[in-house]
Amino acid sequence: MDSHPILEHVPRLRRYARALVGDRYAADDLVQDTLERAWNKFHLWRPGSDLRAWMFAIMHNVFVNQVRSRRSEIERTMEELPEIAVRATQSDLLELADVERALRGLPDEQREVLLLIAVEEMTYDEASRSLAIPVGTVMSRLSRARERMRRLIAGAQQAVPLKVVK
Amino acid sequence: MTQVNEDDLQAYVDGVLVAARRTGVETYLAERPEEAERLRAYRAQDAALRAIFDPVLAEPVPPTLAERPARRRWRTYALAASLLVAGIGVGWIGRGMVPPLVSASPSFARSAAIAHAVYAPEVRHPVEVGADQEDHLVKWLSKRVGTDLRVPKLGSLGFDLVGGRLLSGPQGPVAQFMYQDPKGQRLTLYISAQKGEGRGDTAFRFSQEDRVSVFYWIDDHYGYALSGELRRDALLAVANAVYKQLNP
Repeated sequence: MDSHPILEHVPRLRRYARALVGDRYAADDLVQDTLERAWNKFHLWRPGSDLRAWMFAIMHNVFVNQVRSRRSEIERTMEELPEIAVRATQSDLLELADVERALRGLPDEQREVLLLIAVEEMTYDEASRSLAIPVGTVMSRLSRARERMRRLIAGAQQAVPLKVVK
Repeated sequence: MTQVNEDDLQAYVDGVLVAARRTGVETYLAERPEEAERLRAYRAQDAALRAIFDPVLAEPVPPTLAERPARRRWRTYALAASLLVAGIGVGWIGRGMVPPLVSASPSFARSAAIAHAVYAPEVRHPVEVGADQEDHLVKWLSKRVGTDLRVPKLGSLGFDLVGGRLLSGPQGPVAQFMYQDPKGQRLTLYISAQKGEGRGDTAFRFSQEDRVSVFYWIDDHYGYALSGELRRDALLAVANAVYKQLNP
């Protein structure tokens, strides 16, 4: 049972969920709901096709359907994050707290694409299948996500004290 | 030279640009330091994201995610529902509307089994107050249940306290303590005051409520029920340990 292919993807699903929703417990709830669907629908998966993309597609659907309805809760949690003093940084040496905060400042659809490419290291094609959007849309969202991140991080590095990003 | 577009630049950041176009991008960037700086920033923030979230890969996976959760959850919720229906049946018998044909298991054990089946599968909120606030938990539940509660330590049997919650039982407030072993197997200890008949001390009694095994007993006007999806002999060992600690 431990060797079931679905279980091999659980650590990656947890990493993605954590990055996507921020809160640890909400993230594991998202993983659990995703796994329930994956187990129930496993007979629909075509052997030989990309299981990771299939499971990330399920998580995307669960996220869209369920987590967005809890948006206000997540945003409230964000506002409770303590303000941190911003230290001077070199251009390539980023404060991780600034980066995470900037990530929260992205629209969901941009955050999903950026995480699949930058953290999950999917190809554009794999991300396209996981999110059920054309590759061209992956590219444009990726470009917008990276640029928005850059501006949010740059803003955080200049502002003292740091203001919560919108 | 073919024109460089934004998709080329993104692919360059990701290191997946085909060699033929990479040369073009490098020439383009050599002439535009601001663009080169922008792409460097993208790479740095991508690397920062990995630095933030890669540690999640090394975390132990919670037991509830490391097995088939759907079946387990479905099973336990269905179990709670079936116990509830059976419990309603017992209530009718108890009110004399239907003559008791079989001796039903006492409602106390059944209530404990239902509470176990409802809360043991919870991922996010298995308890109201966690073991990290054990003093507060014990004071609070003692006050509500009306006696000085003690929380048995079951670490030597492999079960650590997760925490506890306050429940409403047939005879008033109930304290439920939850324990968990490293495999994620959970036990609950259900404690409430016993009023009216059947309040005298009893020996251990055993009840099997579908998959939930329950050992229960009454001690000094308080009822105790230990529930878990364990074999009878394994649960008995824990019940003995609980009893000994509560009656030193």
